[in-house]
Parts: sequence; structure tokens; C-alpha cells
Amino acid sequence: MLAKRIIPCLDVKDGKVVKGVNFVNFRDAGDPAELGAFYSKAGADELVILDITASHEGRKTFTDVVERVAANVSIPFTVGGGINELSDVERLLKAGADKVSINSAALRNPDLINQIAENFGSQVCVVAIDAKQEENGEWVCYLNGGRIPTQRKLVEWAVEAQQRGAGEILFTSMSHDGVKTGYPNEALAALADALTIPVIASGGAGAMEHFKDAFELGKADAALAASVFHFGEIKIDELKDYLKTQNIPVR
Amino acid sequence: MQVAIVKYNAGNIHSVVHALRRLDVEPILTDNPTLLQQADKVIFPGVGEAATTMRYLQNTGLGTVIKNLKNPVLGICLGMQLLCKHSEEGNVDALGVFDVPVKKFTWTPGIKIPHMGWNQIEQLKSGLFSQCTENSYVYFVHSYYVPVCEHTIATTLYNGPFSAALHKDNFYATQFHPEKSGDVGSLILEQFLQL
Repeated sequence: MLAKRIIPCLDVKDGKVVKGVNFVNFRDAGDPAELGAFYSKAGADELVILDITASHEGRKTFTDVVERVAANVSIPFTVGGGINELSDVERLLKAGADKVSINSAALRNPDLINQIAENFGSQVCVVAIDAKQEENGEWVCYLNGGRIPTQRKLVEWAVEAQQRGAGEILFTSMSHDGVKTGYPNEALAALADALTIPVIASGGAGAMEHFKDAFELGKADAALAASVFHFGEIKIDELKDYLKTQNIPVR
Repeated sequence: MQVAIVKYNAGNIHSVVHALRRLDVEPILTDNPTLLQQADKVIFPGVGEAATTMRYLQNTGLGTVIKNLKNPVLGICLGMQLLCKHSEEGNVDALGVFDVPVKKFTWTPGIKIPHMGWNQIEQLKSGLFSQCTENSYVYFVHSYYVPVCEHTIATTLYNGPFSAALHKDNFYATQFHPEKSGDVGSLILEQFLQL
């Protein structure tokens, strides 16, 4: 049976893993290659490595970090941050990344999704969406790590991304990220119902039950978290044991 | 030991190199027929689109070299599909080592395509799996599949059973990515190197 995936996210700045609480205030949590190998051994199913400052400051993701992770880690990993054109994708795949995640660049230039899918295959193209629930209940997509609102609505944009060739949607709730009160399960379920490609839940994990809820209520295919793993609040092997007792298929 | 990885217009080659290095093997990456024929083992990896890749293999003559190899060959993912007879992806004739077609997964509600992530291998029938147990998890990413056939040496369930691995003569193939399948994948690669 296809397993639900647990994905630690490594936010990288200057070659080091950091974690933003609500996308501000960083804390250092170590070397990406070392941490990646540690998570791989601990039972992580995939890794996501984001160059979090790249989109804001126009910096390229650190290719050498990607190369070191590729050499040390035997599970798939996705790289994101600062990918604006096809040549960025090619450089990162050559460095050893399995997939790339595009966010602001896809909103600004949706055709980039088509280009990635046509050149490297849909399986390479993860479209990351940062969205926030407005007071009227609507989920609005944001640019640049959550700094700039757009006119795009979450589900409508995810469906377009799928039609253009996205292989997966990574949905981060700005309203939930860093708050540790759980994933946005209603919005996740709406995405799952509207899409035929896998959905990765991101933003809000604070307890093991939150993962279970994202898989059961949110119908997510994978759940991503950062600080709860980095600071040892939740251990991946214990999380998997817990999910097994809840009859959620995990590796 | 000399391990040659077939160099052609497909992705995913670097992760195979890294996986072999973790097993203390430094592979060569080549499209030279002699080097491929002389290698102790040949790995035919691949992520990409079947029709485009087949055209490249035909135009360069590499396809004929691969299907006539006598040393142990391991096709991975698209590499496995290209060793089959025909693919629905781009409706293209492939190398025909395995006399079986490649089909597209049929979408049904609740089934995601591509089949992406960790799934279990069952009914293991090869030395390739001597170090793994039934129902081990390995990593898949694919939208097309090979039905269960006489060459099947492992099956996986996704909207019904399909071939997770094939074997015929000196040709072995896996639909999953051993190079991305953690410890289980390393054990499978190690067994292939010991054939």
C-alpha cells in the first residue's frame, strides 16, 4: 500500500538550516547535509530543502549544499527557493536534486510550470503555494515568502498548476505556520478533492495528532514540518509508530 | 569492479552515481559501446519521456547496443520501461527485451497519478531481493506501468498489481528507484553488483 509520507523541511540560509516562526525570527539548527542524513536514517520519507531568503533577495539556491545532500542522503529530496527560470532547474537537478519546488516564480510566470514539465517531466515539478485565509474565509495566495498578496485563490491556482503540468502541490498555510495548532485540514481536503496529483500539507504541526488529522481529515498524501523535528519535539520514528497505531499506512 | 552507467538524454543519472559511491563503487558514465560491453555490470537508469528517449536511443545506435548486452544489466524506472516491447507513453516501440507492453495507469477516484512515494514490493522471486523481506518499502515515481507477466520478479499494488521488477537472462529491471530507496534500495543495488 502506498505510504503517507513524512517530510522534514530544511530552511537554509548561508548554508545553514534555520527555521522561521511565521516566516520571521530565525534560529540556527545545523548543517543541511548532516541533518538530511540524520533524518533519512530516522525514517523520513523525503526531504525538502528551501533557500528561504532567495526569493526575497534574488539569491540563487546554494548549489553546493544540494550536491552535499545528494551525496549523503539516499531518499528523494526537493529543492526550492529562488528558482526563476529553466536554467535554475537544470542546475539544481544536475547537482542531485530529485524535484524542484517553485512558488513566487510560478505565480509571476505560470508558463514556467509547463516548461519544467515538458523539459524534465511532471514528477520534477512541485508547485508550492503560500496562502492565507482572509476574514471572508477565502484562501488567498501570497508571493515572496508570504510578503505580497495576489489576486489568486488557493484551489483555483492549484488546479491551474496541475493542468500546466505540476506533479505535486505543497500547500503552506500562512495562518497556521509556526503556530503549532495543526494543519488547515478543511483547505487541504478541498485541494485533495479538486486535484488528481498528490498534496503535501505544510505549516502548523505541533503534535503527532496533527499529522494524523492532515492525512485523515485533510486527505493529504504527505505532511511536512520543520521545527518540531529540528528541535526534537517530535521524533520521526515515534511519529511513525503512532501513525501505525492509528491505521495510517506509513513506511 | 567496473560498473558502467548508460549515458543518454535522461535525468536521474547523478543519483545513481551517488548511490554507487555510497557502496564504494566508482562507476563510469558512458555511451561508448565497447566500454558498455566490457563492464562487469551495466546500469540503465532514466527519468524522462519514453518516445523522446527511444528516438535518441535509435538515432545514436545505443538502443541496439543495450539490447544485445551479455553482461548483467539493471534498468531503472524509464530504463525498465524502455527494455519492454512497446510503451503507451508516446505510443512508441521500445527495445523489446521483455515481451510485455507498458501501459498508463487508469485514473479512478482516490488514485493519484503519478504513483509517487513509498510502496511495498511483494512476491519477491529473485536473488536481487535476497537481503530484503516481503513488503519492504521502496520509492516509486511513475505514471506508466508494466503489467504482471512471466518475467515479473516482484509486484506492487496500486489500483491492482503491477510489475515492480522484471528479470530475463542477464537483464534485470526495477520500476522503483533503488538509488532513492534508503537502506532497502542499497541492499538491492548491492545484490545486483554481486550477481
